[in-house]
Amino acid sequence: MGIEVNGKTLEVDEEGYLADLSTWEPGVATVMAKAEGQELGDDHWEIINFLREYYEEYQIAPAIRVLTKAIGKKLGKDKGNSKYLYELFPYGPAKQACKYAGLPKPTGCV
Amino acid sequence: MSDIKKFMYVNRKAPYGTVYALESLEVVLIGAAFDQDVSLAFVDDGVYQIMEGQDTTGIGMKNFSATYRALGDYEITKLYVEKESLEARGLSVEDLMELTWEDEDEDYEEKPSIILVSSAELAEVMAGQDVVLSF
Amino acid sequence: MLHTVNKSPFERNSLESCLRLSAAGSAILLFEDAVVGAVQGTKIADAVSAALSDREIYVLGPDLAARGFDQSKLIDGIQVVDYGGFVDLSVDKGTVQAWV
Repeated sequence: MGIEVNGKTLEVDEEGYLADLSTWEPGVATVMAKAEGQELGDDHWEIINFLREYYEEYQIAPAIRVLTKAIGKKLGKDKGNSKYLYELFPYGPAKQACKYAGLPKPTGCV
Repeated sequence: MSDIKKFMYVNRKAPYGTVYALESLEVVLIGAAFDQDVSLAFVDDGVYQIMEGQDTTGIGMKNFSATYRALGDYEITKLYVEKESLEARGLSVEDLMELTWEDEDEDYEEKPSIILVSSAELAEVMAGQDVVLSF
Repeated sequence: MLHTVNKSPFERNSLESCLRLSAAGSAILLFEDAVVGAVQGTKIADAVSAALSDREIYVLGPDLAARGFDQSKLIDGIQVVDYGGFVDLSVDKGTVQAWV
């Protein structure tokens, strides 16, 4: 399977996660979001970029509990809760935000 | 709220040569969702898992040593390292990564996660566990 | 607490580590390839004997017999159990630590 991003075909797994993290570019998130009927605004990008930095540093996609706590610390308590994250990513931060960010499915994702 | 049990994961294998170290780490991260009192022990070749300065670019494998730094985020703050295992390998705690956790209750103060223990001390900690998982 | 060891002490350090890291009052069960650690006259026999001063050590009879060792060859103080005894130990001694 693959997705079309800026004229290139990028491989994804059966759940739609990017097969090779290094092939990610911002267009990946835009294309994936569009396929799920979503427009990405600054608030979305803030989370996507945060996830990419987290992965860069720790080599894992954080569990939702860890993500909310870390977001709360970095971006403020009003954003560090699952309600806020689910408003931005209705299918779940793990299923959507991590996927848009090109990360593998979070370890410990229930 | 169910009873909190004491879980210890005992790591005794070096990373990369076999899959034990990575598997252990994944089980630890998944298990962290269950709100138990979790600790890790690094003994024998397990101490090599948390060596500072690992660089896997040449062997084409993911450098998962970075992930040990995330353990604090998962509220895993007790990493017991056996002194005798370090010494037998010509290592000291300075050769290991500096692993810390942030104490939310004390303004995110960074506190060390590594607890250097003797064999006898670790034996006592192990004897006090409800569940011990070996890798 | 029950410690189980199933690797030969001459191939792996599992038994050595188990002896080093088991607390007084705990029990140790040797089975599969580890049963050779219960035999007299090996290079680790002294360490095993020393552990018997404050720990119980058991060996699984069927694994010992399979490898041709008679019970008369065991280090003094080591107790032989069958599969039922293995199960009883796992139940009675609480937490199990498997030195794989």
